[in-house]
Parts: sequence; structure tokens; C-alpha cells
Amino acid sequence: MSLLPYFVAGWLLLIGCFGVVRSRDLIHTVVCVAIAQSGTYVLLLSTGFQYGASAPVQGAPGPVVDPVVQALTLTDIVVSATVTALLLALVIQIAKRTDTVDPDKLDELRG
Amino acid sequence: MSVDPSWLPPLGIAIPVVGACIVLGLAKIAPRLVIDIVAMTTAVVSVAAMALLFAATSAGRIVTWVGGWTPKDGTSVGIVLAADQIGAGFALLACVLTACALSYTWRYFDDAEAHVHVLILLFMAGMVGFSLTADLFDLFVFLELMSATAYALTGHKIEEPRSVQGGFTFGVVTSLGAYFSLAGIGILYARTGQLGMPQIGAALDRHGMDALVLAALVLVLTGLLVKAAIVPFHFWLADAHAVAPTPVCVLFSGVMAPLGLYGVLRVSTTVFGGVLPFSSLHGTLTVLGIITAALGATLCLMQRHLKRMLAYSTIAHLGLFLVALATLTASGVAGAVIYVFGHAGVKGALFLMVGVLLARKGNVDEFALYCQGRDERLTKWLLPLGALALAGLPPFGTGLGKAISEESSGLVVLFVLVSAATGGAVLRASLRIHFGLGPPPEDTDVDTTKGEDEEQEGRFPQRLPATMIGAIVVLLTGGLAVGLVPMEAIGEGAQRFLDRAGMLAQTLDGAPAATVGGVDVAWTWSGVVLGLLSAALAVGIGFVGVHFGLGRLRAALKTPLHVVHRLHSGHVGDYAAWLVFGMAAVGALFVIT
Repeated sequence: MSLLPYFVAGWLLLIGCFGVVRSRDLIHTVVCVAIAQSGTYVLLLSTGFQYGASAPVQGAPGPVVDPVVQALTLTDIVVSATVTALLLALVIQIAKRTDTVDPDKLDELRG
Repeated sequence: MSVDPSWLPPLGIAIPVVGACIVLGLAKIAPRLVIDIVAMTTAVVSVAAMALLFAATSAGRIVTWVGGWTPKDGTSVGIVLAADQIGAGFALLACVLTACALSYTWRYFDDAEAHVHVLILLFMAGMVGFSLTADLFDLFVFLELMSATAYALTGHKIEEPRSVQGGFTFGVVTSLGAYFSLAGIGILYARTGQLGMPQIGAALDRHGMDALVLAALVLVLTGLLVKAAIVPFHFWLADAHAVAPTPVCVLFSGVMAPLGLYGVLRVSTTVFGGVLPFSSLHGTLTVLGIITAALGATLCLMQRHLKRMLAYSTIAHLGLFLVALATLTASGVAGAVIYVFGHAGVKGALFLMVGVLLARKGNVDEFALYCQGRDERLTKWLLPLGALALAGLPPFGTGLGKAISEESSGLVVLFVLVSAATGGAVLRASLRIHFGLGPPPEDTDVDTTKGEDEEQEGRFPQRLPATMIGAIVVLLTGGLAVGLVPMEAIGEGAQRFLDRAGMLAQTLDGAPAATVGGVDVAWTWSGVVLGLLSAALAVGIGFVGVHFGLGRLRAALKTPLHVVHRLHSGHVGDYAAWLVFGMAAVGALFVIT
């Protein structure tokens, strides 16, 4: 198993955070959060992956990939869908109430 | 009648979920009263179940393999719940506070639809699950359940720009933290092939420490430290508290943030206890705790928005809890847990009283409310009392927790000063609002959030509903009771919490519950004296603050305070940057200590 997927996972997590830091648009921020989360999908799936193994179905011939991490990834995707939907809904409300989606212009809460 | 206690932990999670489903089903057809009654009944039944569980844990740790998937020959594919007095105590606290919040909500929101009740019940399910689980991935799932419902509750007042903004910031920062935790869990699974905390712990004991395990530790702790609002992961807390509906603030401050600390200690002792040197964990957590306590207390003194003031006081107290937990001794843990319980009652009552002011005056700004509260009969006397209790006035539970914590950690000066500062800030506000003491405050600062534009929650200028007064009184009496009733169970629970070998043996090999000794958790004379000293200092800070105001203090410390205020910019990108920086700093602390 090569190290490449782990680097990809780490890269996605960090570039997602970097995107949130540098974001000029809240929609972009939400997408960056989702990108950071896709880093965890890659990490989990690559943990259980083996070359030449088949899908984890009962009675499959030969080695199968680890089903546990697939279940974890599925749970993670559900979490991601919930969080992304909720954050986007909040962005819509922010846009309606303040007429901007630029985080630099939202300075109501400070100190 | 005897119930097999191993049924109780799953029930604690199932009851609120079922209750939430019933409320959701009834939402369209039933009147508001029915919704309130169903939600309240669910919360009360949960309180009863968790009280039974807490009582049952006195005989030893209760281990439940969900669905009967018990381990065979030390290996298992099942999910384990493990309840000791500390975990069950936190679950009980979550249920009690939820019941109080629901009672307060009864008349507080005129327009609250059933979804508030559903969200609060699901939030409770998340908190109970988080307290009782001994499975690392489930810890993440319950963390996310807690978080997602918390974002929705924070942004509940969707017509208000600040509210949605605070909810959004909270959501982004906490989600990023949780994803780092998940990455850490993934790494641990890759290393050990296990997801249960005792299983990973046993596997790590065989494997030993290396750079990857340390990275996993830092990653897992990041999400929990964000939840616990430890500096520099604390930014979301003040923003979320300032805008969330008041009953929700009670849950956030009283139990959700302390649960983050519980998670930190649970993971670092059970999972990493065998490979992490004592000095490293102790040093790191102590440094984080001291910084958090000092910064929280400073910012608390500088606030004029009452909810933000209470939020920063929560941050300061979270720092103190962490310092006590960092001792990794039974007396430190017991002290911190008693402190958390006492603090939950006192802080909850303070938040609800600020909610009463908001409902009657439509305002939570210390300056704008100057002299406005002279005619308030309830808050006029209870708010100063709550402020003194926050400072650790005996015989409140906060005083007992503080006394035990400061004795076991040795950092007496820090505990006295920080608790006095938070109590003094609240007292200052109360003296101005209810007694009109001191000159009218000058509106000179531009750095802090004002409390004048908050949406009025509920409107009852004449008489306060009994459900609201009841919730305030119950919480304050609870805070008092924690300091008065014997707390031997917590002392024994703290021993059991730290008994890692016993936990591993009981969960993995099915060994019977081991007996542990207890620690002394009674009042001492030095504790009483130091509690009185804190309260006296708080009175001093309150009166000095009233007469000299923020204006002059601020002028003397203008530049450093300006820098601190600007760091709390409310900008989500800045907070994410601090999160990554904090993660690196925690990693560095683990390496150097």
C-alpha cells in the first residue's frame, strides 16, 4: 500500500482549512468545510483498502476490503450532508438579513 | 423491584430519541400544550433513568455490550457502553438541565414551534450518549449529534442577523475540529484495527508510542478541545452564547462545554493512558488550563453584553476545571466534577435571570440597563447572590469544587483570582442595573459587542410565569445542594474513572467490577476561608468596577486590551486559522513537556 492516499487525505484536510481561512464568500467557506471532510473519507477508505481485494460481500471469494471503514465513511457522509445543508441554510439567512456573504463585512460579533 | 442496570445506558440514549420522534409526529396535529407535556415527560423520564443508573454505578462500573455482541477471547466487533459515577453523573446533569431548560421554554417563547423541543431532546440524547460511550467512533457520532443540533438551536432566531452569524461560526469551527478528530480516529484504527476505547488502549499498550500515535492523539483531542472551548479553540463559545436562546445557553455552558473536557480526559486516560507519560499529559493540560482561565477572566471583566460576560466566565471556569483535571489524581478529578455540577446550577440560574431581563427590558447591555432594574423583585436579590456563588461563596457547590480543586492542584492564587474576577464582573453589572450605583457608565469603547440589539424573547411585563421562576430556583438550589449533600459517590467515581486497568479488565475480559477506595470530598477550613476570600474579592471588584468603570481601567491598558479584543474578530476565517495554530501548539506542548 503506497503512502500517496495518506498524503492526499492530509492535503485535503489542510487545504480545506486554508480555504476557510482565506475565504471571501460564505458559500465558498461551506464548500471548503466539505472538502476538509472529504480528506477524512480518503483517509478512512485507504486504511481498509487492499489491491486485488473484492467488495465486502458475504461469501465473496478471496480477500475483501475492510467493511468497517466503509461503514464509518458512510456515517461520515451522512454527517457531512447534515452539516453542509444546515450551514448553507444559515448562509441563506445571513444573505437575506445582511445583504452580504463576505465574512470580512460581518463584524457584528466581536470582542 | 430490581432492574438489570445494564439496560439503563442504552435506555438513556433511546428515551430522548423516541420522545423527539413522538413530538415530531404530533407537531402538526397537537396543540402547543401537548407538545410541551410530551417533551417535559420525556425529559423527566430520562432524569429518572439516569438517576437510577447513577445509583446503580455505586456498586461498580456498568458495562453494556449493545445488542449482546460481547467479546470472545478478548476480541469483539460490538459497541460498548461503560458507565461509572462520573459518566452517569454527567448524563444525569445533562437530563436535569434539559428538564429545566424545557420548563423555562414552556412560556418563554411565544412562537416556539415543536422543532425547538425536538432539537433540545436530540441534543440531550447526544449528550447522554457522549457521557456513556466507551467507543471512540461513537464518541465522534455523539459529538456530531450534539454539535449539529447545537448549531440549529444557536441559529434558532433566524430573523436576526447576529443569531445566524453566530450559529454559522459555531458550525464551521466545531465541524472542522470534529473532522480532525475523525482523522485521528482513522489513524488509530489503521494502527490498531480497533474502535473501542479499551480495545485501542490495550492494543496501544502492546504497540507503544510513536510519532503517528502522537499525531493521532493531538488530532482526536483537537475536536474535543474545540467543544470544551479551551484557548485558542474558544472563539466560537462567546459568539454562540451571545446569540443563542437563553435556555439553550444553560445547556451549552452548564454541560456541553464541560463534556468536551470529560471527553479529553476519557480519551487521554483510557486510550492513551498506557503510552503517554504522566508528565506530558499533566504539563500540556495544565498550561492550556492556566492560559484559558486567565484569558477568560480578563475578557469577562471587559464585557458589557451580559450573555457574553457569562460566556467568558464559562471559558474562565473551563480553564479552572482543566487545571484540576490535569492533576490526574482522584481528588483533582472529583473536585473538577463537583465544580462542574455546582457551576452548571449557578451559571444556568444566572443565564435564566439575564433571560428574564431580556424578556422584560428587551436588552442585555450593562450600560443601557443602568438603573433600569430597580423594580425587579426577583433578579434584584438573586443576581448578586448568583454572582457571589460564581466566585465560590460557601456553601455553594462551586465553592466546594473550587476548594477541592485548588487544594489538589496547588494553584490557589489562580483559582481565587479567576473565580473572584468572574463573580466580580457579574456583580458589577448587577449593582449598576438593579441598584444604580456609581456614575452612569460612559459609552466609550468600540471594540466590544453591545447588548442592545438582541431580539426580545417572550414578553411578559407584568408577572413572570411560574415555570420560569421555578427553573431559576431549581437551578440555584441545585448549585447550593451540590455543596451541601455528601459527595462520596463522586470521590469514589473519580477513583474508578482513573482505574484504567480495572476498566480494561471489565470490558475486555468480563472481569467483575473492581472495588476502589474513595477520596475525601468534604469541606475543609482552608477551603471555606479561601471561598470567603474569593467572594470578598468579588465584592471588591464589583464596587471598584462600578465606581471607576471600564473607562479608566480601559484607558490604562488600552493597547493590550485592544489587541485582545481585535483577536476576537468574529471572522470565521480567523477562528479556523487559530484552530490550526492551536493544534500545532498542543502537539508542541506534548513534545516539550
